[in-house]
Amino acid sequence: MSTTEAPAPAPEEAAPLPVRRPPARKRLVPYWLLLPGILWLVVFFAAPLVYQASTSLQTGSLEDGFKVTWHFATYWDAFGTYWPQFVRSVLYAATATVLCLLLGYPLAYLIAFKAGRWRNLVMILVIAPFFTSFLIRTLAWKTILADGGAVVGLLNSLHVLDVTSWLGLTEGHRVLATPLAVVCGLTYNFLPFMVLPLYTSLERIDPRLHEAAGDLYARPATTFRRVTFPLSMPGVVAGTLLTFIPAAGDYINAELLGSTDQKMIGNVIQSQFLRVLDYPTAAALSFILMAAILAMVTVYIRKSGTEDLV
Amino acid sequence: MTQTATPQSGGGDVRLQGISKTYGSFTAVHPLDLTIPAASFFALLGASGCGKTTTLRMIAGLEDPTTGTVALGGQDVTALPPYKRHVNTVFQSYALFPHLDIFENVAFGLRRRGVKSVKKQVEEMLDLVQLGPMARRRPQQLSGGQQQRVAVARALINKPQVLLLDEPLGALDLKLRRQMQLELKRIQTEVGITFVHVTHDQEEAMTMADTVAVMNGGRVEQLGAPADLYENPATTFVANFLGTSNLIEAEVTGMGGEHLLLTAGGTTLRLPTRRCGAAPAARTGGKVLAGVRPEKMALIHADRADAVPEGHNRLPGRIKDASFIGVSTQYVIDAHALGELAVYEQNIERDGRLVPGAEVVLHWNPAHTFGLDAAQSPLAGTDLDEEAA
Repeated sequence: MSTTEAPAPAPEEAAPLPVRRPPARKRLVPYWLLLPGILWLVVFFAAPLVYQASTSLQTGSLEDGFKVTWHFATYWDAFGTYWPQFVRSVLYAATATVLCLLLGYPLAYLIAFKAGRWRNLVMILVIAPFFTSFLIRTLAWKTILADGGAVVGLLNSLHVLDVTSWLGLTEGHRVLATPLAVVCGLTYNFLPFMVLPLYTSLERIDPRLHEAAGDLYARPATTFRRVTFPLSMPGVVAGTLLTFIPAAGDYINAELLGSTDQKMIGNVIQSQFLRVLDYPTAAALSFILMAAILAMVTVYIRKSGTEDLV
Repeated sequence: MTQTATPQSGGGDVRLQGISKTYGSFTAVHPLDLTIPAASFFALLGASGCGKTTTLRMIAGLEDPTTGTVALGGQDVTALPPYKRHVNTVFQSYALFPHLDIFENVAFGLRRRGVKSVKKQVEEMLDLVQLGPMARRRPQQLSGGQQQRVAVARALINKPQVLLLDEPLGALDLKLRRQMQLELKRIQTEVGITFVHVTHDQEEAMTMADTVAVMNGGRVEQLGAPADLYENPATTFVANFLGTSNLIEAEVTGMGGEHLLLTAGGTTLRLPTRRCGAAPAARTGGKVLAGVRPEKMALIHADRADAVPEGHNRLPGRIKDASFIGVSTQYVIDAHALGELAVYEQNIERDGRLVPGAEVVLHWNPAHTFGLDAAQSPLAGTDLDEEAA
């Protein structure tokens, strides 16, 4: 090898190529363009975050004022008291996410591959709920699931509620103020957040890949399992995250559709901030929730192994 | 997984009977009968939208025929879905699975058929297409030519009865395309599988295929060996689409032994009677199109007109344009009343006076003239193949 190689020129001989740098004004353009975004983040994200972090380490009362005393024990106390609500939040949010995936995937698949000229109409129907307030929609569910309502009547006559009661999802012959109602509310409210990323990733799949799989002896079910689903993983991951994260922190559904037994961590934080006025505990709970979600999401993304697909 | 498609050694024949495809009011393929013999290299040639890809997709099962039947190796497969037909396709855009590496792409068909140990077969196949070291790469990390070879390997490893190729070389540059044409031909000879190749490139079809079917407007215009199609086109479309033809409108004025005597623009031309199969009006008083390939015509300066060999057809004209392309010079001759004619002269002994504006005499051996039905447009197929050029 060394015999065929031409002798490398001594480094001193190699004159450095003159690098023409663009003028300073031009080089700064990207930073100027970033500035509004950075300002926004500082004012509406970084500053509140720092402020809440300091609040979580304060002690005192509303009358005497709060002081930063680096009181980390607030974290342990808050978690010690409210861990059932944490567990419940994760359970409800995870159940709602799975339900959203089961409902949303066929829907997104249908829109992406089968809807044809109806595609835009169905997409509008998926987005239509956003034209009404989140609160109003959830209140509507309160009416739909009301004790004397048609839905409860139907479920009762079909003995569905006996089964769900036996499973511990409902109590007696009502749906409101049960875990079922809260999970249904979460599923309903966050379904579009699942459907949209799923649709985007399914729509990007070249239909010829389906043909190629069929041509290579894969039945439709195998084609789905080996080709369509793996290729839609970016959408599955994005959709589950967009559903799980807000659902885990949600308090409206538990507030309107549940009772005290269905309180989620969002309800606790909300009442600590606005009713009990125990700001340090509320801030500490917020940080615990944030850290927990971050940890779960990190593990999830690692496990689903889609980094090279996204 | 049931073994619905059992590998067989060698190829199978493809028999299409009365097969057609309509989309609403548009007929993509008119009822078509076609038999593709086993182990042959068959090309469907035509401009885009002529129905060749639709025909291929009906063989693959990716498209349901509106009428007719498809039989592979004697078995009617019309009702079978693609995954039950022992046919594999090399798609135009390759359609490699982006989430699988090259090895798994090639192993896909074997795994679906429940083959347990795929490693040895896949490695052999990757070696055949010279991609052994690329086994663990992803398709998007490969060049176009390499992806194309993966697509061929992925289809061939299943040893299908018929391999369908849907413009597989369209995305490659000219040099690579030439190389892959020879490569595909070599593989086909080696494995002995029936290849059905769809292309709009007439040169590609003639280089590779044993039999070419020229399609136009959802119909097969003519079918035959490449040389036969080139020498004896049956329609003006084939004459113009496959290479270039000079088509001269002429009137039949009489018979002279084995020749018909024609009059075109005041000149008498001779046309062999046996080459008038495609001209039903080739009798005295009728009209025919006399066709000559440009490379079969010769040019001589008007001053030396007496050097034209005895018995040759001759036409006077003026050089309108001359382009030197290395191996030959291509002339456009203004043949007065007969319009413009193309002549390709080999660059052997060039007469320096043959420049634009020079008066010349065109001449050719009458045996190289073919007769076509004058009822068709002499321009059919001329403007379609700019892609293929």
